[in-house]
Amino acid sequence: MVPLNWYLMLSATVFMIGVFGFLTRKNIIIMFMSVELMLNGVNISLVAFSHYLQDLRGQILVFFIITVAAAEAAIGLAIIIALFRNKSTAHVDEMNEMKG
Amino acid sequence: MNNYLLIPFLPLAAFLINILLGRNFLKEKAHWVSILAVAGSWVVAVMTLVDTMAGKTINQDLYSWIVSGNFKVSVGFLIDQLTVVMLIVVTTCSTLIHIYSVGYMHGDKGYYRFFAYLSLFTFCMLMLVMANNFLQLYFGWEGVGLCSYFLIGYYFDKKSASDAGKKAFIVNRFGDFGFGIGIFMIFLTFGTIYYEPVFAQAGGFANNTVNFLGYDVHLMTLIALLLFCGSVGKSAQMPLHVWLPDAMEGPTPVSALIHAATMVTAGVFLVARCSPIFSLSETALMVVALTGAITSLFAATIGLVQNDIKRIIAYSTISQLGYMFLACGVGAYSAGVFHLYTHAFFKALLFLCAGSVMHAMAGELNLQKMGGLKKYMPVTYLTMLLASLSIAGVPGFAGFFSKDEILWLAYSGPSPVGKLVWAIGTVVAFLTAFYSFRLIFLTFHGKFRGTHEQEHHLHESPKVMTIPLILLCVGAIASGWVGIPHLLGGGAHFTEFMKPVLGHPEGHGTHSEEWMVMAVSVIAGFSGIGLAALFYLVRTDIPVKLAAGLSGVHKLLFNKYYVDEFYSFLIVRPAIWTAKNILIGITDAKIIEAIVNGVPKAIGGFSQVIRKVQTGFLQHYATIMATGILIIIALMLLR
Amino acid sequence: MMEQVIMNKLGFPILSTLIFLPIAGAALLLLIPRAKESLAKWVGLLVSIAAFILSIPLFTNFDKSTHLMQFAERHAWIPSWNITYYLGLDGISVLFVLLSTLITILCVLISWNSIKTKVKEFYISILIMEGAMIGVFCSLDFMLFYLFWEAMLIPMYLLIGVWGGPNRIYAAVKFFLYTLVGSVLMLVGIIVLYFYAGRTFDILELMTKTYPYQMQFWLFWAFFAAFAVKVPMFPVHTWLPDAHTEAPTAGSVILAAVLIKMGAYGFLRFSLPLLPEASRAMTPVMLTLSVIAIIYGAVICLAQTDLKRLIAYSSVSHMGFVTLGIFALNLQGMEGGILQMINHGVVTGALFLSVGAIYDRTHTRQIADYGGVASVMPVYATAFMIFTLASIGLPATNGFIGEFLIILGGFTANQWAGVLAATGIIIGAGYMLWLYQRVFFMEVNQKVAGLNDIDAREIITLLPMVLLIFWIGVYPNAFLGFMHESVKHLLERVNSGSVHEMNMAKNIMELIK
Repeated sequence: MVPLNWYLMLSATVFMIGVFGFLTRKNIIIMFMSVELMLNGVNISLVAFSHYLQDLRGQILVFFIITVAAAEAAIGLAIIIALFRNKSTAHVDEMNEMKG
Repeated sequence: MNNYLLIPFLPLAAFLINILLGRNFLKEKAHWVSILAVAGSWVVAVMTLVDTMAGKTINQDLYSWIVSGNFKVSVGFLIDQLTVVMLIVVTTCSTLIHIYSVGYMHGDKGYYRFFAYLSLFTFCMLMLVMANNFLQLYFGWEGVGLCSYFLIGYYFDKKSASDAGKKAFIVNRFGDFGFGIGIFMIFLTFGTIYYEPVFAQAGGFANNTVNFLGYDVHLMTLIALLLFCGSVGKSAQMPLHVWLPDAMEGPTPVSALIHAATMVTAGVFLVARCSPIFSLSETALMVVALTGAITSLFAATIGLVQNDIKRIIAYSTISQLGYMFLACGVGAYSAGVFHLYTHAFFKALLFLCAGSVMHAMAGELNLQKMGGLKKYMPVTYLTMLLASLSIAGVPGFAGFFSKDEILWLAYSGPSPVGKLVWAIGTVVAFLTAFYSFRLIFLTFHGKFRGTHEQEHHLHESPKVMTIPLILLCVGAIASGWVGIPHLLGGGAHFTEFMKPVLGHPEGHGTHSEEWMVMAVSVIAGFSGIGLAALFYLVRTDIPVKLAAGLSGVHKLLFNKYYVDEFYSFLIVRPAIWTAKNILIGITDAKIIEAIVNGVPKAIGGFSQVIRKVQTGFLQHYATIMATGILIIIALMLLR
Repeated sequence: MMEQVIMNKLGFPILSTLIFLPIAGAALLLLIPRAKESLAKWVGLLVSIAAFILSIPLFTNFDKSTHLMQFAERHAWIPSWNITYYLGLDGISVLFVLLSTLITILCVLISWNSIKTKVKEFYISILIMEGAMIGVFCSLDFMLFYLFWEAMLIPMYLLIGVWGGPNRIYAAVKFFLYTLVGSVLMLVGIIVLYFYAGRTFDILELMTKTYPYQMQFWLFWAFFAAFAVKVPMFPVHTWLPDAHTEAPTAGSVILAAVLIKMGAYGFLRFSLPLLPEASRAMTPVMLTLSVIAIIYGAVICLAQTDLKRLIAYSSVSHMGFVTLGIFALNLQGMEGGILQMINHGVVTGALFLSVGAIYDRTHTRQIADYGGVASVMPVYATAFMIFTLASIGLPATNGFIGEFLIILGGFTANQWAGVLAATGIIIGAGYMLWLYQRVFFMEVNQKVAGLNDIDAREIITLLPMVLLIFWIGVYPNAFLGFMHESVKHLLERVNSGSVHEMNMAKNIMELIK
């Protein structure tokens, strides 16, 4: 049986890849994918704990997250397409309307 | 019998009818309403006089006006000997002047308005004299002031007229300021402001002192002087006399009614009414006597050199009012009221005659442009001459008896300043005779000095104007006969009649002294007339030379001692300057607004600094967030 | 607690009706389609007239022989925090409800032709304003009071900010922030009281408790912040000229006639009875501020060139009289103060109505643009003259009764206060008559030549004010009678303990040494 730590390390690695991807990449699609990676990293740890603790509630939460992520992907991509149509670019540095 | 209520309320009804219906319905018939009302008042006033002479007085509340805790005051009426004399003076003069105005104001575009104001004035004046408490007196007091404001500024499209009206009102407010505080002191002292209990209790406070604004002062002196402030304003005494000459901007009937016969004498009435209070304070009486004496001298000297026919009469009014105060100040209240009563007739007559002259001269006021009018307007000439003889104190005329009584009581009375004010009064008698006859001679004698068109236009006034002149002239001659002194074989009925209200003036002197005083004043009067005749009939070059020789004095007198300029410099301009430059410019703008607008500005400045953090780059925000989470995790782990 | 009040016996909940009828009217206005906006005026007029008619029983059925709250209604509202829906009126507040309902009608009438944009929203704001104003005067629960107090701000903010003059945004924001800062401090005070008194917002119950002096002191200043801004007292008055100048006529009228009365009302309803010791101790400060306001406001009027700004500053001066009367802490002063609040509402309201009437014709507020109006518009000039005279306190007008009682009370409490306040009357005559002269007298200015005199609608608008001026002036007892018992009771509460009476007696003895 694979020990819990291994799962957690995998989860942390995937999550951190997501974080760094989000912080360093400038293309908005890739940043979006990084967010999905972070979510999946969390999902892995949830499933691992669920199995370890023999508690199904963790897996229920994972389903919930997957559903939300799917919805989020749909809306997020739609927003990105709208943005692209407006700005003709997917580069985040071009999008600073919120500058104070 | 509540008939007496008709006296004030008839004119009030006339006012309401005229102001509501006058513009659209009554128009040039407006005078009928007012004249009938005031004539009705006159009839009732005469009936009241008969009742009062039979010894019947009335003191009755109509309805409760203000009630607040222990402060209670009603609209109420007191009719005694003093009131009734005032009623007769007011309603008689008012009726005659109403009639005169029909001719004088003929064709004016505000005809109904004029009569409405006259009626309102009559109402307020009657409320003033009939009050049985101080607050209603104050009501009438302010009411007549208001009507005076309206009527002085009657030709409101003229700047000088509206200025004069405003000035009259505001200067009077200065006097009323003291008067109002006087009423407060009366209430705090006596717990009531009705005449009857106040005067009844006044004696009990004769020796009390009171702390007023941090100073201990004699209570009765304080109250008397505060009340006297009101009198000084209303009766145009120094230093608040400045409004009366300017008030001549109003139509002449107004000057006759308000600024000669009735309203301006309200101050004298107030002092006479409050004689029980004034008598308790020697200081207050002395102030009254000296104010009166100085004012009468001061105004008479100005009157010597003025050229405006109405202003001369206005200064003469101020001077004669000073005479009345002089009388009150030496304790001779009944003599003061007697002079008030005779003065009302001859002074109203003088004004109306001046109005008649103006009517003929198409509004010209300058004496130097008149002359020789007697052949064109004989009735006016004759009546004005008789009025001037009366004011100059020629024996037999009304003015002689009242003036003589004042001078005699000043000379013989117990007042410490009696002899001094007697001397001043005698000098003033001389000056009065001089300027009155200067006016007569310059207007009616000699050659006409105006333009040719004016000369062509000269005519006697219509009957509706001359008949009131003749009737007033009867008053100017005969009104004094009710007070012929014992010395001349009369009964001094007037003083006797007033005795229940005003007491009996004390005079200690021998018959020979009394003859002497009378002789001196008569000589003063005749020499004034004689000198005027010399200057303006015989040697007309003297006045010119004199004015040139004494140009400094002449200039000072001609500019009325520069009092107006002094007030403008001392009060009016500093007040506006302060408002503009300090209150608006500094306090409001630089201090309060600086704080009010400064706080939001400081907050705004602070956010200007921290808004830099909001770069608008998504990844900067995310980095900061991630760093924050890392720090929180680190802290939790290290704990 | 029930025995402290007289419940409403009229057969219908009169106070709730008065509060919610206008608000319901506002909701009704929402349903009017934009195309038929002129209908909005009629709805506004009818609703405000209905509210006025419904408020008449307050005048006729009021029991003048008691100080207790009348027409009371009480329902649980948020039981967990002990917040109740509690309404009632006494002699101090009843006249203000009547004033509010009357003024609203006049505001609707005067705006008839002058509001051309967003007509529907305008009348919605006015009606909501009316409901909130009446709510403030009726509330006997602190939370309810606070709710209405803040609810008033929003429609007023909109009235100034949407329908105002060129500089309206600045004025509206200034008005809003000024009053909000004050009322937030009051909220803190309310919460402190709530916990100290054992979790109740019931004002009558709070009044039965006594509070330590230190606490009273701080609460007094917390309340002062809210009320002094509203009055407005010197030195927190500077929002008023801006708000008045920029507001549309109806806004100025409501502001002058009712809104700024709430500050003084707050002192009477809360500061004095809840914090008697602190109020007594602060009297010198309050009298000084009042006298400064009287003279300061009056002198500043001498230099104004803008009609509405001049009247606004005159309000500062007149409200100085009101606070002077209230803090004289004697019967004459306080009754005079309350009456003067009504008077000022009537007179200054009327002045703003009049200025609005002529502003609709000329679209200028500069005094220099006028002159000779009396020749062109005689009826208007007469009405304005009556308001001017009432403003300078001529006897037989209402202004005299109020000012006389106030100065009498002030003079009794402190001679200097009375004497200095009386100088305000001299200056008052100065600036008002000068204003009148510059606008109405002298030669006709080309800018006003050929103006039409006021029409029937405007005469109907001004007539009630003229009648009130003379009614109060000639027979003030009809109004003073409402106050006697309530004011007497309030003074007993403020001067509780015979300390004050002994001082009074001592003063009088000193006076008559």
